[in-house]
Amino acid sequence: MYGKGLRPLSLITCVALTGAFALAFFYAPMDADQGISQKIFYVHVPMAIVALGGFVAGGLYSIAHLRTGDRGYDLKSYVAIHLSQILAVGTLITGSIWARASWGHWWVWDEPTLVSFLIVFLLYCCYQPLRFSIEDPERQARYASVFAITAGAFVPLNFLAVRLAQSYTHPRVLGTTDGLPAKMALAFYIAVVAMALLYVTLWKYEMASKHARNRLRSIRRGLGEDIGLTRSASPQ
Amino acid sequence: MRSTVDALLRKELRLELRNREAIPAMLLFSVTTFVVFHFGLQRDSVDGALAAGVLWVTMLFAAMLGANRLFVAETEGGALDGLLLAPIDRTAIYVAKALAFGGFLVAVQLVAVPAFYLLLLGPGGGDAVLGLIAVLALADIGIAVAATLVAGLATQTRSRELLVSLLGLPLLLPVIIGAARATAPLFAAGGAESIPAKWLLVLGLYDLVFGLLAFAVFDFLLED
Repeated sequence: MYGKGLRPLSLITCVALTGAFALAFFYAPMDADQGISQKIFYVHVPMAIVALGGFVAGGLYSIAHLRTGDRGYDLKSYVAIHLSQILAVGTLITGSIWARASWGHWWVWDEPTLVSFLIVFLLYCCYQPLRFSIEDPERQARYASVFAITAGAFVPLNFLAVRLAQSYTHPRVLGTTDGLPAKMALAFYIAVVAMALLYVTLWKYEMASKHARNRLRSIRRGLGEDIGLTRSASPQ
Repeated sequence: MRSTVDALLRKELRLELRNREAIPAMLLFSVTTFVVFHFGLQRDSVDGALAAGVLWVTMLFAAMLGANRLFVAETEGGALDGLLLAPIDRTAIYVAKALAFGGFLVAVQLVAVPAFYLLLLGPGGGDAVLGLIAVLALADIGIAVAATLVAGLATQTRSRELLVSLLGLPLLLPVIIGAARATAPLFAAGGAESIPAKWLLVLGLYDLVFGLLAFAVFDFLLED
């Protein structure tokens, strides 16, 4: 059921991503201070926003799991968090490259968004170790959900604390959209939408693959039982 | 709920009084860490932001040490099954644990903070005891609330000790940011300055959010 509509969605995602990057390079004006290195902004920031959104979505699915007891929601939450982790790695790497290009250092402690992102990333790195060190699958789903909800609530709180701790010497990335020229803003918003589409597409692919694997396993199990039954029933 | 929490809290405190597992270990760890900081930083005395950092890093790690032991009696002795069989609200178990752990932290700090003043703190920093108590109280609530939740989360896993620290450190970073920023002016070299109110606010907000959150989700950790 997750395979339905995957092909048009993939096509739309490809078009949107290509369009967003084409706009970023050929339509949006070159940044006066930073030059070409500012173009990483159209990858880095959408990736960060979508990753955080994915973490929050994982938390919401977990709430649904704990409320209904439906393990399907736990699977959705797991896939959402897993994909967000991958995007988070990308965010940290592109952020580091951008920091090097514009401030001359690979890591800048007074960039609040980057620092709080690192903390969130470190916390979510514990998701798999926690999850897979519990053997009972039912308990595993429950504990992972509790973690996902806690971490999801931690995200905004952490951003608040880290942002307050800075002296605002550098432009804040999430706040810079207010002062963007219209052409840059358009390219940026389209890039965010394209990145979100990419996330949803990958999420659906992963869900489809997990469902297919589960169905295959249950069919195999059923088949194995059938063979066992016919063997024992045949007279020897 | 009230009487249940009372009874469970009495049980926790009696257990700690009898086997003396958490508090002495946390205390010894704190004082040893101060000595380690003395040699690691190569300073005879610290003040300002450095002093606040030394104090709070030590408190955080000591708290992680204590949180590791928090559910040991329940899991190793099988006492959790007994608790779950009792017709009580599961949230009461969390509330009692968090209160007991908060009590442990206060007990440790009653000795560890004077030891910090004695061993490491520079001459200018001893004036603002009341402010420090306020920050300690707010931070202790946050640490107790979050560390108890983390301990409950990690207790049924294979790598319990590892996960408590791995989960607890990033989760408690806002507390450390708030507490360290709030204490730094108290330890300033030229005498104590006033605490910026926003850091007390951050600590209070953290306590509130994680208190409510833990209250809401802890039930699910005990549902077997």
